[in-house]
Amino acid sequence: MNKSAAKHRTDLFLFFSRVCCYIVLILVTLLCLFSFYFLIVNASRPHAEIMSEFSLVPGNYFFKNLSNLLTDKNIPLLQGLLNSLIISACSAALTTYFSAMTAFGIYAYNFRFKKIAFAFIMMIMMIPTQVSALGFIRLVSDMGLMDTFYPLILPSIASPIVFYYMKSYMESILPLEIVEAARVDGSNEFRTFNRIVLPIIKPAIAVQAIFSFVASWNNFFTPALILSKQKTVPILIATLRSADYMKFDLGKVYVMIFVAIIPLLIVYILLSKYILRGLTLGSIKG
Amino acid sequence: MQQIAKNKRSISYAKWGYLFISPFFIAFIVFQLIPLISTFYNSLYEYYFENLRYVGPNFVGFKNYMDIIANGELFKYAENTMIIWIIGYIPQILVAMLLAVWFTSYRLKLKFQTFFKTVAYMPNLIMASAFAMLFFMLFGNGGPVNMMLQELGITDEAILFFDTTVTTRGIIAFMNFIMWFGNTMILLMAGIMGIDQGLFESAQIDGANSFQVFFRVTLPLLMPIIAYTVIVSMIGGIQMFDVPQVLTNRLGTPDRTSMTLIMWLNRHLTQSINYGVAGAVSVIVFLTTTVLSVFVYRSLMKNYNSQKPAVKRIKKQEVKG
Repeated sequence: MNKSAAKHRTDLFLFFSRVCCYIVLILVTLLCLFSFYFLIVNASRPHAEIMSEFSLVPGNYFFKNLSNLLTDKNIPLLQGLLNSLIISACSAALTTYFSAMTAFGIYAYNFRFKKIAFAFIMMIMMIPTQVSALGFIRLVSDMGLMDTFYPLILPSIASPIVFYYMKSYMESILPLEIVEAARVDGSNEFRTFNRIVLPIIKPAIAVQAIFSFVASWNNFFTPALILSKQKTVPILIATLRSADYMKFDLGKVYVMIFVAIIPLLIVYILLSKYILRGLTLGSIKG
Repeated sequence: MQQIAKNKRSISYAKWGYLFISPFFIAFIVFQLIPLISTFYNSLYEYYFENLRYVGPNFVGFKNYMDIIANGELFKYAENTMIIWIIGYIPQILVAMLLAVWFTSYRLKLKFQTFFKTVAYMPNLIMASAFAMLFFMLFGNGGPVNMMLQELGITDEAILFFDTTVTTRGIIAFMNFIMWFGNTMILLMAGIMGIDQGLFESAQIDGANSFQVFFRVTLPLLMPIIAYTVIVSMIGGIQMFDVPQVLTNRLGTPDRTSMTLIMWLNRHLTQSINYGVAGAVSVIVFLTTTVLSVFVYRSLMKNYNSQKPAVKRIKKQEVKG
């Protein structure tokens, strides 16, 4: 009798705990999402309405705003999207391929400077790119590569964080017997890496390709220093901010932000299962 | 037969190791190391653009460093950066910890976890510059937030969010919080799930309540990973740039109270060109992050070494190089 009363009490306590948790979770969700909701609402309303009244209901002006934006010759949005796409896709491809290659080199082979090479890569992991920006601009301009995409793509070959992830992944999944078996079958090492190792670590490559793409897509600091005539999406956004925005059609401004943010979020939501699962692999564990 | 085996063993694969890691090191040396050295070098020279011409480069030793320390600019912008980081980091770690404990709790067994985790991590992927532009629009004088506050009767006149230090810093910090708490939460969850479940069970059998379990078991065991997230976030905080840059249109308004170190660096690289000062700021930021990353390096290496026993089994069969 006494026992069941105690059980009843803990059940009740658990119920209230859960209710509190859900309330907090809903509040946090609202905090995360309110700005996107406002974005969607205002991107679908005409300028005059945005200026005059507050609304929580989306309008039906989204496609008109979008076509206004696309026909605006002062904002080369399509070109910007294309530039961003080229830079991000190339960076993602280079980062994942060469990080996997570096990781495989250190994982699968024994050589004299192996330990030092590994320790060195781990040490440079946290160096911010900004601190070498001055030297970087001067080097790029000496090379005659200002306002080109190469200085934004090629440095991604050396990415310590992706390397570390790839190496951890290989350690957890790639037995070296496979490499040796391929060797016995007469495959050369490079071929083994491309034909056997890469397919095995495909999940890691996919996760890191997404992250590298996003990082490059969102990058603002370096492209803003290197590019002048060519523009990427973040540069276009910053230009919009420095222009006297009150003169702008606000519908266009909201649609522009929408285009910069929402497509990527949709891709994220579709792939979130894999992204969230992949996140913790290769990271520090307690 | 024995002869063949012997021959095979003597083939050295070391050169493949070097070949595979060489692209990384070439790219690193060209695009990071040489620029870094050149930055160091520039920090010792007087080299700036004024009245339509370049002055320098003339060797001046540590004068650039002395100048930015003497005129107080370095400390002012370092202080701005730290304050904004701290205001954002406190809610970040608290919310991340709370949610991580709830999501991993065996007693609570919360539903819709995937949904909440997806939402929490989502802002981390957003283009920071576009996010800043969005907040500028939302919190502007005629923006929806002010309209809503007026409609609800909370305020009569529009609140000038970007004309006040507290609100500007607060908005930047809030955006950092929203963008990074999901990331911290996922790291902490991985840490909690790495703790031996038996410890939680025995604590519960001993009659510990949730608070006691958290403060006596979870928190102490999670300390290394908490320290790791703090340091990594601090290194990230020092690099704060996109959000305040776009939000305040490069100016760090009001009165440069939201100007961060990297915004200041960027200013010397693009607007009021002064390579000497830019170099000095870079070196100082570099040294600060290096000191902090010694800690990150140590915890990552410790983590790596502690995982080794599991790996050794495979490594035993490793080919001799």
